[in-house]
Amino acid sequence: MTSRVEVFVQLKEGMLDPQGKTLEHALESLGYAGVDGVRVGKWITFEVQGEGREAIERQVDEMCGRLLANTVIERYTFTMREAGA
Amino acid sequence: MSPVPIGVVRFPGTNCDQDVFDAVAATAGAQPVWLWHKETGLRGVRGIVLAGGFSYGDYLRAGAIARFSPIMERVIAFAKSGGPVLGICNGFQILAEAGLLPGALMRNDRLTFVCRDQPLRVDSVRSPFTASFRPGEIVRFPIAHGEGNYVADDETLDRLETAGRVVFRYVDEDGRVTAAANPNGSARSIAGIASENGMVLGLMPHPDRAMSLLVGSEDGRGVFRGLMEAAA
Repeated sequence: MTSRVEVFVQLKEGMLDPQGKTLEHALESLGYAGVDGVRVGKWITFEVQGEGREAIERQVDEMCGRLLANTVIERYTFTMREAGA
Repeated sequence: MSPVPIGVVRFPGTNCDQDVFDAVAATAGAQPVWLWHKETGLRGVRGIVLAGGFSYGDYLRAGAIARFSPIMERVIAFAKSGGPVLGICNGFQILAEAGLLPGALMRNDRLTFVCRDQPLRVDSVRSPFTASFRPGEIVRFPIAHGEGNYVADDETLDRLETAGRVVFRYVDEDGRVTAAANPNGSARSIAGIASENGMVLGLMPHPDRAMSLLVGSEDGRGVFRGLMEAAA
């Protein structure tokens, strides 16, 4: 079975996100009033082979914790669906 | 006495390797040895330096990919067995990603890449890397980084301070910790920290670029002398 995985990585709440802040100011200067709380994250997609949804989930969770996110400063979520489905 | 072999690790994208190699070569009693990131042995070195640069293009996060390269498995084992390891700039980021030092290095709070001569205060001389400095001494090392904003939770920061593991702090010309003197937003103005046993040092400023008065400072020599003595 091939699963299509989407991982979202974002700085933890309360962590200063200077990139997001800068975008917020840029949007403001473009005339968009009332924009607040801009945060910039990462969206990582891949396909993974394997049987058993739970086993694959465990594996993806491990990938996130070991490499894709630095859990000192970032949090992550991911979604999975059968490829082609 | 034969010179002490000190390994200088090169990852693809490392760009301060030659500066570090020359800094080690300029240290009496030390002999630099190149270590390539794909190597699975340490060539008998007794100390290791992770030089600055942009290993693996800083892909994903600075230091995140380098941390899983073959040589790092050996570097981690070497550090855990008590061997001295110095991580400068990107090397510090790699040590933090590898979990050899606590915390993380984030994007500078002002977003800009900072490149300047920076006064630092030596806040701990417990680590062999700063054994030749006086406590509270002000030194000048250049800084050049975009992701040097040191972050850790308060409990970790307290623990580091209490144990004398905060080795260098960003200060102004008079040695004071101020917001303006902090170039990147680092928690408690931390520029460099050491491991519990003091044998692993990570710092964002470049002692390798402060080896000669010709370039403005030779304060970096003490760090390399400390490395050599810890390795001997």
